[in-house]
Amino acid sequence: MRAPERPATLADRPERLAATVDASDFAIATKPLSTWETVANNTVLRKVAILVVLALIWEIYARHLNNQLLVPTFSATVQAFVTAVISGELLPKVWVSVKVLLVGYASGIAIAAALTTFATTTRIGSDLLETLTAMFIPLPAIALLPLALIWFGLTPLSLSFVLIHSVLWPVALNTHSGFVSVSLTLRMVGKNYGLRGLRYVAQILIPAAFPSILTGLKIGWAFAWRTLIAAELIFGAQSGSGGLGWFIVNNKNILDIPNVFAGLLTVIIIGLLVENVIFRSIETRTIRRWGMATS
Amino acid sequence: MMERPLLDVSDVTLQYKTRDHLVTATYRVGFQVFAAERYVVLGPSGCGKSTLLKAVGGYMAPTEGEIRLKGEVIRQPGPDRMMVFQEFDQLLPWKTVRENVMFPMRVNGGIPAAEAAERARTYIDKVNLTRCADQYPHTLSGGMKQRVAIARAMAMEPDILLMDEPFAALDALTRRKMQDELLELWDEIGFTMIFVTHSIAEAIKVGSRILLLSSHPGQVKAELNSVPRSGASPDEARVLEERIHEMLFAEPVEAIVARA
Repeated sequence: MRAPERPATLADRPERLAATVDASDFAIATKPLSTWETVANNTVLRKVAILVVLALIWEIYARHLNNQLLVPTFSATVQAFVTAVISGELLPKVWVSVKVLLVGYASGIAIAAALTTFATTTRIGSDLLETLTAMFIPLPAIALLPLALIWFGLTPLSLSFVLIHSVLWPVALNTHSGFVSVSLTLRMVGKNYGLRGLRYVAQILIPAAFPSILTGLKIGWAFAWRTLIAAELIFGAQSGSGGLGWFIVNNKNILDIPNVFAGLLTVIIIGLLVENVIFRSIETRTIRRWGMATS
Repeated sequence: MMERPLLDVSDVTLQYKTRDHLVTATYRVGFQVFAAERYVVLGPSGCGKSTLLKAVGGYMAPTEGEIRLKGEVIRQPGPDRMMVFQEFDQLLPWKTVRENVMFPMRVNGGIPAAEAAERARTYIDKVNLTRCADQYPHTLSGGMKQRVAIARAMAMEPDILLMDEPFAALDALTRRKMQDELLELWDEIGFTMIFVTHSIAEAIKVGSRILLLSSHPGQVKAELNSVPRSGASPDEARVLEERIHEMLFAEPVEAIVARA
């Protein structure tokens, strides 16, 4: 191929030297954004706005339907919620659920930690973990409840058992895959410092894999919370006592539908609080500050 | 009468396994590094120079020969041989610049907190990052990250500094600046280092002594002295550069064809 001919106009362009303006002389250094822009940039406000709109749609639809037995209005639900809280009926039940949940969640995480450590240090452990997670992740925890009731009877142990099952596998899987994907450079840096064994895991692997670990903890939490409510619907119906799930089932039996909705609302509120307050603040303090957040 | 070498690499053969091959990275490579030398290992890509540095770092054991630091055989990685890597992700992202520099001193150096803080301040200042001392690594540019890595390694005051193409991922302007800064630091402190590179110009600029490795598997081709840093005419460097170039690529064409 022949090089294109150079046009005559490009023959001799003169050199060009220019003076730059000093940074302090610019007209706009920094200018605060307008109030509307500030408001629109606030994630919390945007999300609250969405919730308000959803509540409004609910209220309008329920009024239009005008059937308290099928869909009570939003205001009736809130009223039932407030009454249940004030009468002292709801909060102890919430506490019963949360207590069981925390025990199950913590034990699940502890077992996951042990299993992952085994999987990280040995090849057979890693095979074991991968096989077990592949087997058990598709198995809904609630499907184990009948078995747990036979093994452990109507005791909190049955609930703990299904909770551990729902927490263990997602947490272990995410933590393990987080460890595996820690970059070779960081591993070599850790070894270079003379870190070995558990100190190496604690000081290098865990922080380096923290984004995955946090994802695992979030998924584990969501699975556990769902499993617990579902388990309480069955468990409560059999034992005649229990937490939030029992509150829902019991009110359904006496056809107090606003209270059923109040129970569901509580489940949602707690879920939102944990996600947006607890997990979010952990996230801003760790992976966001470290520039490790993926989103 | 020469003093005892700081690092003695004697007839080291290195092999590693990939998924379906056993690869010989270097074959009977031997060299000695003396205190305060800027020892450059130079060779084409795939000549096993990084593998050689990893062996000195203690990350892999030689299949033949041995590596001794101050007379002791190297068996595992340790903070007496601080490494600086090419990758920007070698800093711990969950620690600030200052914490990154202090971490190795605190974790295994057995250096008391006050002294570690003082040393961190000194070395962060030496690499001109005092303003960024409390920032997290993700807010720094590539060149700044490499400076932190260098400060972190130097603050440990190791026996020998192992640098694995630390400037290779930087843009040309930053690379030149970093080379100058590294030499200034050497003038000031007089550390010993092994510096791995594939750039002939960088080897001549940074090194005091240059080890030439042949391409795969790496074998010693020559060990040369670099031009003096001051008082050398630009021609001297150019002559050396051409000489090295010729030595590295002097392989007759038939030999290359025969191997392929």
